[in-house]
Amino acid sequence: MPMTTADTEPVLKVVDLSLSYLTRQGPLQAVQSVSFELGRGQSLGLVGESGCGKTSIANCLMRLLPDNGRLTSGQILLDGQDLVPLSEEEMRHFRWGQMAMVFQAAMNALDPVYRVGQQVVEAIEAHGVEVTTAGARERVARLFRMVGLDPQLMERYPHEFSGGMRQRAVIAMALACDPSVIIADEPTTALDVIVQDRLLRELKGVQRELSMSMIYISHDIGVVAEVTDRIGVMYAGRLVELGDTADVFGAPMHPYTAALMSSFPSISGEKHELETLPGEPPNLANPPAGCPFHPRCAYATEECREEFPAQVQRGSRWTACWHPLTDMAGVGQ
Amino acid sequence: MSNPGSAPLVAVDGLTKRFPIAAGLFRKPTSFIHAVDDVSFRLGGSESLGLVGESGCGKTTVGKLLVKLLEPTGGNITYRFPAPAVGGHLAGSVEASNIRGRQLRVFRRQAQMIFQDPYESMNPRRTVYDTIAEPLAVQGIGDVVGRLDRVSEILNLVGLTPAGAFLFRRPHELSGGQRQRVAIARALVIGPSFVVADEPTSMLDVSSRTGIMSLMQELAERLGIAYLYITHDLAVARYMCHRIAVMYLGKIVEMAETEELLRNPLHPYTRALLSAVPSPDPMRRREPPNIEGDLSLPIDPPARCRFYDRCPMATERCANSPHPPAEEKAPTHWVACYEA
Repeated sequence: MPMTTADTEPVLKVVDLSLSYLTRQGPLQAVQSVSFELGRGQSLGLVGESGCGKTSIANCLMRLLPDNGRLTSGQILLDGQDLVPLSEEEMRHFRWGQMAMVFQAAMNALDPVYRVGQQVVEAIEAHGVEVTTAGARERVARLFRMVGLDPQLMERYPHEFSGGMRQRAVIAMALACDPSVIIADEPTTALDVIVQDRLLRELKGVQRELSMSMIYISHDIGVVAEVTDRIGVMYAGRLVELGDTADVFGAPMHPYTAALMSSFPSISGEKHELETLPGEPPNLANPPAGCPFHPRCAYATEECREEFPAQVQRGSRWTACWHPLTDMAGVGQ
Repeated sequence: MSNPGSAPLVAVDGLTKRFPIAAGLFRKPTSFIHAVDDVSFRLGGSESLGLVGESGCGKTTVGKLLVKLLEPTGGNITYRFPAPAVGGHLAGSVEASNIRGRQLRVFRRQAQMIFQDPYESMNPRRTVYDTIAEPLAVQGIGDVVGRLDRVSEILNLVGLTPAGAFLFRRPHELSGGQRQRVAIARALVIGPSFVVADEPTSMLDVSSRTGIMSLMQELAERLGIAYLYITHDLAVARYMCHRIAVMYLGKIVEMAETEELLRNPLHPYTRALLSAVPSPDPMRRREPPNIEGDLSLPIDPPARCRFYDRCPMATERCANSPHPPAEEKAPTHWVACYEA
């Protein structure tokens, strides 16, 4: 296993990122003041429910926001270089070359009229990673093997692939230019469990082998728990808790994290009562004042309704909550 | 729970559905997808039976056959509905194949279906009231005022309160969880005794998912509804179902009471499914499922066990024998496997 050297500079640093969408209802604050770091060879999970901003962050990192998306503040530092002020032309060098994305809907990411291998070859040639077609094809064959696809499948068309095979091809494509960061947005959501299990093992294996850094986005906390070293929990555009995966799932500090976990049905262990979180996530065009979680939170008090909480730091983890859980004896403070 | 002494609400025997693969215009199809192949089970009144398997295993086809959205190629379904509250004459034991024409409408009062995608299953132009009142209108139940009362009542029941605030909304004004509540209200408004729920929570977020799950359980208890609960998610089935049947390529390979199935899975496919479920518990280490290959389509499959090609335990006997019959290995625990 490659080292996760904590003392080296993180490969990716996101500082105070805020982003809104212009809609007919007015501006919609999709992401607000989000900061995190991604270490070299590390995998970071982003979890939360739909609309919490996790996919917006991914699109924003790739600078693939829709036309009505506006980055209102923040820096995206990739190896120290801020991507935010770059022109589309300059960005093209970083996108896929330095940072690549695995999309949720693999079907839509592949062109149905080209052979799958050819699509990856083109991506490689376009970025000048290999200069000769033969070299590029060899590279694709290697990538295919890495993600568990028979290299002979290069000659096939996307419709001849099963869902799991297509998703593997998309991962191979993302790896084509040897990026230092890979962003996976719900890559296994449409797959059955057995296929998902195999794909996750392959993705993790490849990530380790190439000591790549990964951001893994999912609503499924079981999946995230298994593939990530660190995890960030998002709610209504805010990052509300960040820490080592085992710590966060072992003893959540934010009431929302705890609620997510207790509403997650599990097949192992004793059958516990599933808790239902009352209410719905807030409308981001008109978010509540203070902590956005307060209308649904059992611990909410006056200050929660008035002001967004400051970070409570505990060792290598933090939460943004006025009343963090497991507060007893200030563990590890 | 089902009462073993009484006759089951739905009895399924040797149910089979084959879909022809088009061979060309005017040509007789020669190949068939064996979507459901010789499936048998019983569903008791107020019981919830989970039908679990991967996509393409035939679970949705079974659901559609049971509410007569599809006609079977072979086999029998026998219903024994309680006397309906309003009109109709489907009480007593009735064969699915005998329900035709006008009787089909009476049948729909007893058997309903809830679909997976609340974004697709609703007409975007129609209000919540229109959507829920439609079955009442089709069945000729009540007048306009009566229907409005009934719809308001059911909205309260599914937790969309105050009902007045939801009656005249359109689907785009509802969240996913609220839409699924409307879909449940629509299925339950005519008081069915049997509902096929096809992945009703798989499109929802975790926090609305638990709400829908507990709502469905509560309503089943209160109104005495039996569910055939179709899902790919064993963890959801654990919470929703008294018993679970595991399907693989058109066959039920294992069936048992829920906790028994989870604790003591006997079929190699059930074991593989269980070991593939990721868990957020940092303490839990799981072994990778030891099966190979991908799910194929059951197009004219060979007579041997459907799981043979991927089975880690397969023997010569499995290769040369027909698909194994279901055997009761422990009380109420059925397995179709020569090696289990």
